[in-house]
Amino acid sequence: MLDPIVDPLAYAFFVRALAAAAIVGVVCSVVGCYMVLRGLAFMGDAISHAAFPGVVAAYLLKVPFYLGAVVAAVGTALLIGRISRRGNLRGDTVIGVLFAGMFALGVFMFSTIRNYVGDLFGFLFGEILAISTADLVALSVLGAIVLAIVALLWKELLYATFDPLGAAASGLRVGLLDDLFLALIALTIVVSLQAVGIILVVAMLVTPAATAQLLTQRFGRLIAIAVAIGIACPIAGLYLSFWLDTASGATIVLVETAVFLAILVAGPRTGWLRPRARAG
Amino acid sequence: MLHRPGRLTYPSAMTSIESPAPRAADQAVPSPSVRLTDVTAGYADRPAISDVSLDFRPGRLTAVFGPNGGGKSTLLKVIAGLLRPWSGEVAVLGAPPGEAAHRVAYVPQAESVDWGFPVSAWDVAMMGRYPALGPLRRPRTEDRDAVAAALEQVGMAAHLRTQIGSLSGGQRRRVFLARALAATPDLYLLDEPVTGVDITTQEDLLDLLEAETRRGRTVIATTHDLACAASRFQDVVALNRIVVANGPSSLVLDQDVLRRTYGGHLLVLGEQAILLDDAHHHDQPPGAEVHHHDDVPERR
Repeated sequence: MLDPIVDPLAYAFFVRALAAAAIVGVVCSVVGCYMVLRGLAFMGDAISHAAFPGVVAAYLLKVPFYLGAVVAAVGTALLIGRISRRGNLRGDTVIGVLFAGMFALGVFMFSTIRNYVGDLFGFLFGEILAISTADLVALSVLGAIVLAIVALLWKELLYATFDPLGAAASGLRVGLLDDLFLALIALTIVVSLQAVGIILVVAMLVTPAATAQLLTQRFGRLIAIAVAIGIACPIAGLYLSFWLDTASGATIVLVETAVFLAILVAGPRTGWLRPRARAG
Repeated sequence: MLHRPGRLTYPSAMTSIESPAPRAADQAVPSPSVRLTDVTAGYADRPAISDVSLDFRPGRLTAVFGPNGGGKSTLLKVIAGLLRPWSGEVAVLGAPPGEAAHRVAYVPQAESVDWGFPVSAWDVAMMGRYPALGPLRRPRTEDRDAVAAALEQVGMAAHLRTQIGSLSGGQRRRVFLARALAATPDLYLLDEPVTGVDITTQEDLLDLLEAETRRGRTVIATTHDLACAASRFQDVVALNRIVVANGPSSLVLDQDVLRRTYGGHLLVLGEQAILLDDAHHHDQPPGAEVHHHDDVPERR
């Protein structure tokens, strides 16, 4: 008899994919909560596209994929922060310029590869079912670094996000924290690239945090709910993609989006179906 | 030459009010907790404050008042180390701005805070303890005690777990003052602490700040509210890009200073000052005239 839950676990690649999905889900939702509170949702999109030339360069130079992605993503993140702080241009303008520019550089470099056997589609939309054990180890290490830094500095990041002026005046190095946080976003995106790809990674970051925001006004619970959604949705999405034989990254993102929409409409706190007009 | 509080000479007609004579105060003046010397600062290419020289002494409650765009917030940001002055010297608690940051509590204007943020009154007040705690460490019993005491002091003990944006405007200001109190600073910098709050909250907050000055702390607050500045603050600074006047509020807040600070947009009737919409006697730009007050700094 066919068991839809247990049967896929007979495949080692599926078990690796589940592990990767859970790790990516946790890291993305924790960082995503701070991102959403800082109004940096689109920064995620920009940084993931900026990682593309790094990935292609890593291939050309025959160095590990992660190395190229980290350099390009972190570099672009810090550059966006630096240009925005100079104050001549709005942050979203800088993001718009660098986002497209870096992605174009990636496509340009990609087009120079004559006999490349890989698949552009894999970079753009992820290949979580193709993750190797070595990939899984790299992903776990990078994810652990991101979570450790957030665990060390969660108070300072929270204060600097809520009231940057008050935090800076009381001695917190707000500029340094801003840069560090941009680097954390970049690292998180690199961790997630293989799972969901460049185009969809922003959903892994933003959607669980946005859904959690509909459910609570407490910071601790926000993180907890986002993490729960961030683990459950990718796992459900993977199974769904296995049964339906659909693209795994897209299925994961669609499950997260469906949960968001369901809470938006029927959520207990701010849902549209709620009898009273507004929550207090 | 520079004139600082305590060394001001006032026209004899104005020295009749209850404040101690400047000469007498001079002998007991503690060294200033904040000293600005010829400070010019601003944004982009426009100076918001010019050639400002001021002393703020421990144990004094000082109101900085003036029109919108007169540089009140800028002055506070320079003292807080949030804005680097273009020129001039600033000493805060004996160090350059920002160096003694752990002894400074800054409360920004209400508009600069995202009230939808998922933090409770307790969380916000606890932020006052974060800088001293440092990274890694979780709040200890003494931190929780300090936060509980501060929220009790401001009368918010019943709303510890309420999300900050769900509170009224006055309650939000109370919580932010609790955050400052919890940090046990030597210097309070408050940007519009009583703007838009009810009279009970205003009186409560000022009572608490006054109590802090009695413990030797320095309090500097910006305000639009002249009546409040006159009645509750010991010292005032009239600021309209330049320092129009400064000193004990009972001496400085006369019709002439108000007129020069607000550029003629003000009608003074007894103890009440009314801002006028149109100025028909706006013959000179504010602060531009040379006047008999010695406390107008000379431009160099």
